[in-house]
Amino acid sequence: MIAKITRRSILKTVGLQGPGLILMAPMLGQADTGNKASADFALGVFISIAKTGDVTIVNHRAEMGQGILTSVPQIIADELGADWLRVSVVQAQGDAKYGNQSTGGSASIRNYFPYLRQMGAVARDMLEQTAADIWQVQKKDVKAQNHQVINLKSKKALAFGDLAEQAAKLPVPDIESVKLKDTAEFSLIGRDVRLAGQEDIVRGKTVYAQDVQLPNMLIASIERPPVVGGRVKSVNTAAAKKVAGVVDVIQLKERALPTNVKPVSGVAVLATNTWAAHEGRKQLDIQWDTSDKRVALNAKHNSAEYLAELVSAVNTQGDKVRKEGDVYQHSYNASKTVEATYTVPYHHHMSMEPPAATAVVSADECTVWTGTQAPQWAKGLIAEELGIDAAKVTVNMASMGGAFGRKGKNDFTLEAVELAKATGRPVKVVWTREDDVKHGFYHSISANYCKAEVNDKGSADYWLQRVAYPPIGATFNLEAKRPSFGQLSLGFADIPFELEHLSCEVHDVETHVRIGWFRSVANINNAFAQGCFVDELAAKAGISTHKMWLNLFGKDRIVDPAKEGFDEWDNYGQKTQLHALDTRRMKAILNRVVQESGADKKVKKNEGWGISYAHSFNSYVAAATKVRVDGDKLTVLEMHTAIDCGIAVTPDRIVSQMEGAMIMGLSTALLSEITVKDGVIEQNNFYDYMSTRINQCPPLFVYIAESQEAPGGVGEPGLPPVLPSIVNAIYHASGRRIRDLPVNKVLTV
Amino acid sequence: MLKLTLNGQSVALDADPNMPLLYAIRDIQQLTGTKFGCGAGQCGACTVHVDGEPVRSCITPLSVAAGKSITTIEGLARGAELHPVQQAWLDHNVPQCGYCQAGQMMSAAALLAQNPSPSDDEINNHMQGNICRCGTYPRIKKAIKQAGVRIQEVKRSAANVQATEQGAQS
Repeated sequence: MIAKITRRSILKTVGLQGPGLILMAPMLGQADTGNKASADFALGVFISIAKTGDVTIVNHRAEMGQGILTSVPQIIADELGADWLRVSVVQAQGDAKYGNQSTGGSASIRNYFPYLRQMGAVARDMLEQTAADIWQVQKKDVKAQNHQVINLKSKKALAFGDLAEQAAKLPVPDIESVKLKDTAEFSLIGRDVRLAGQEDIVRGKTVYAQDVQLPNMLIASIERPPVVGGRVKSVNTAAAKKVAGVVDVIQLKERALPTNVKPVSGVAVLATNTWAAHEGRKQLDIQWDTSDKRVALNAKHNSAEYLAELVSAVNTQGDKVRKEGDVYQHSYNASKTVEATYTVPYHHHMSMEPPAATAVVSADECTVWTGTQAPQWAKGLIAEELGIDAAKVTVNMASMGGAFGRKGKNDFTLEAVELAKATGRPVKVVWTREDDVKHGFYHSISANYCKAEVNDKGSADYWLQRVAYPPIGATFNLEAKRPSFGQLSLGFADIPFELEHLSCEVHDVETHVRIGWFRSVANINNAFAQGCFVDELAAKAGISTHKMWLNLFGKDRIVDPAKEGFDEWDNYGQKTQLHALDTRRMKAILNRVVQESGADKKVKKNEGWGISYAHSFNSYVAAATKVRVDGDKLTVLEMHTAIDCGIAVTPDRIVSQMEGAMIMGLSTALLSEITVKDGVIEQNNFYDYMSTRINQCPPLFVYIAESQEAPGGVGEPGLPPVLPSIVNAIYHASGRRIRDLPVNKVLTV
Repeated sequence: MLKLTLNGQSVALDADPNMPLLYAIRDIQQLTGTKFGCGAGQCGACTVHVDGEPVRSCITPLSVAAGKSITTIEGLARGAELHPVQQAWLDHNVPQCGYCQAGQMMSAAALLAQNPSPSDDEINNHMQGNICRCGTYPRIKKAIKQAGVRIQEVKRSAANVQATEQGAQS
């Protein structure tokens, strides 16, 4: 339903001045209640047009570097017919009236594109109707464009600002009656527009969660239990309290496993400045208790041994989640069969801004400023923690200095709320880099096993694949031992190849650290295994990897895993009518990257190209990497990615996401791993969880497919195919197969 | 009281001389453009200029900065007029999340002040202490080169003006 809201409420929301058209249009979406199913909500995004003609559009999603602060308003402004240079963008607060604000799963555009367009179209329709009324012509004889409505017959024009006040008095039209633009008429979508927020960034004016300052505020630094679930046995706070600037030392409340997204307890030192808080914390003397049965198991967790167990598991038969034909009746021809196990370690997001949140709590109200991907989830959790009405909780969405999935968890937000309540003062919780590395929600450590037999057609069949990794579900439910069907749909059981015999199997495992969503999630290990394995099959068949991929994709067709033995297939929450798995698009994007990069061309001695492909979040991406290997020394020479994400809304930000994916792919494949010893994360900072530096970054190239298909995701899909492309390139340069990441365990990078 | 110059203004700070410059700038002076990234001189997000030299403020005690002239990202532009590095950053849409970019720009500005036409290797050597997790390096390289060209143009035209004025006087 469309509802016009009162001017007072929008003034409160976006601080606008002067009367004009203020509109709340509806979109269907789900409220972000975490991983729980929820009913549909009306999604309102606000457009306002002042009498001056200034247009203000609210971005309701969370900005973490992906550029959504531009893309959401850009889509609305296009349908509205606005001049982009007269559009101001305002960041929303966390509020259910906006519908789903949980910013993850590369979902902002792929899930809401049609609704954002409808929003702009409704406002445009009202402006056109107003102009038609003034000129006493039919609506079909007027057209909104470039911030004015044109009379198509008389060629007269009325500016948006001159129409706004009268338009606001009109009834809001039925959304279904409003026609969307023909895609050929897009004036902003698909074009490089001035990006919102960039000038504030270059002037150092953007306020990130770490930057929030309030009068009378205390800054908190928290010592957390080294083992997940650990408790404070005893703490001596005397020395900490003597540090100049320290105001208080507070033990956070104890919490039982599972951790969910809540804090892990610990001891907070609160001070008048950040340094004093950190210095005071160094003086704490804490003894930890890990005697609880489950916590004791966590305290025995060693990632190297655990990985060996995962490897053993996937080398035995698991539970079938998808089956076609029968691989077990087949006697494999050893000379044509490839069998391989691939492993990926735990990873950490390592956003440049460690988590931070500021809270003010009064008797029955709470206001927070937090860098969160899930503001409404935060709101619900805060209300629950404080026992107050969610309507009394205000969540201000600070800019995020990177997130990559980490900041979908609001443990840090709840820490600030708990301490603000305890002290009665505004409290900013700041995480150090070590806090961030040691208390993350990690990307699952994993083992993937693949076996298949090549055939005379330059393809393969009798495909057996197994996977084992600690599931995200275990963070919420101690009994969760295997990936959900949604997780299994991330490049594993949705395998799109033309196979007559296929078995996809999974093993149950126990979980001993907090597991979370990391950019592209299980697509990382699944695409790594699949991308390397296809390269190994090609080598076995004596054909190019490119040809092997094309043959495995097979004839042009729409793949529907749900009809091919994987009943529980989840197409990233999308209907297949809108987002089909289309082998033509798979082949086209792979061909594009090979053609553009020259990956099929001859190379110098010790050089090699590697290619790979992955579909994720309803987008298709292919990658090509060229490396040089001299002895044990690896040099990455150039990297290419091609993406088919359907309609490309903000091309420059798609390029930047692909560039970022290649660089994160380099870090993830070559440099970094999280290891655990006796339940404790062994890494600390950038010196032992390494990230690609500028001198390690080769020239990068990005190609975007021309497409009129529905838009797919962009933030995550770039990453998965990059890792196997690098490792395959190493093989083609040196003959060395690397199946266990990171590469720097065996090569100098 | 520790005295220093911050973005051209004299400042007296009542703070522990061991406090890192970063926290004095952010918490006491409330200039939050300079960022905390690692606290260990590993990532460069906290880079400021101390007497023109790029310094990691997270590991620089206030006592070392005393009596010196500090420039932060807030002091890089001249009012509305952006520094050529900032303008080039905008022209190439360098920032993604933007969090590391103040440090990147301060490092870049320091490089270009010494060497306005750096090679790729010189850029790599100078900038490798600044980590960007979003992956903006290719654009940083392009923007540094563009800013360098602009800085040279400004210098040349200033030199021309000076030469013309001297010519007129003689």
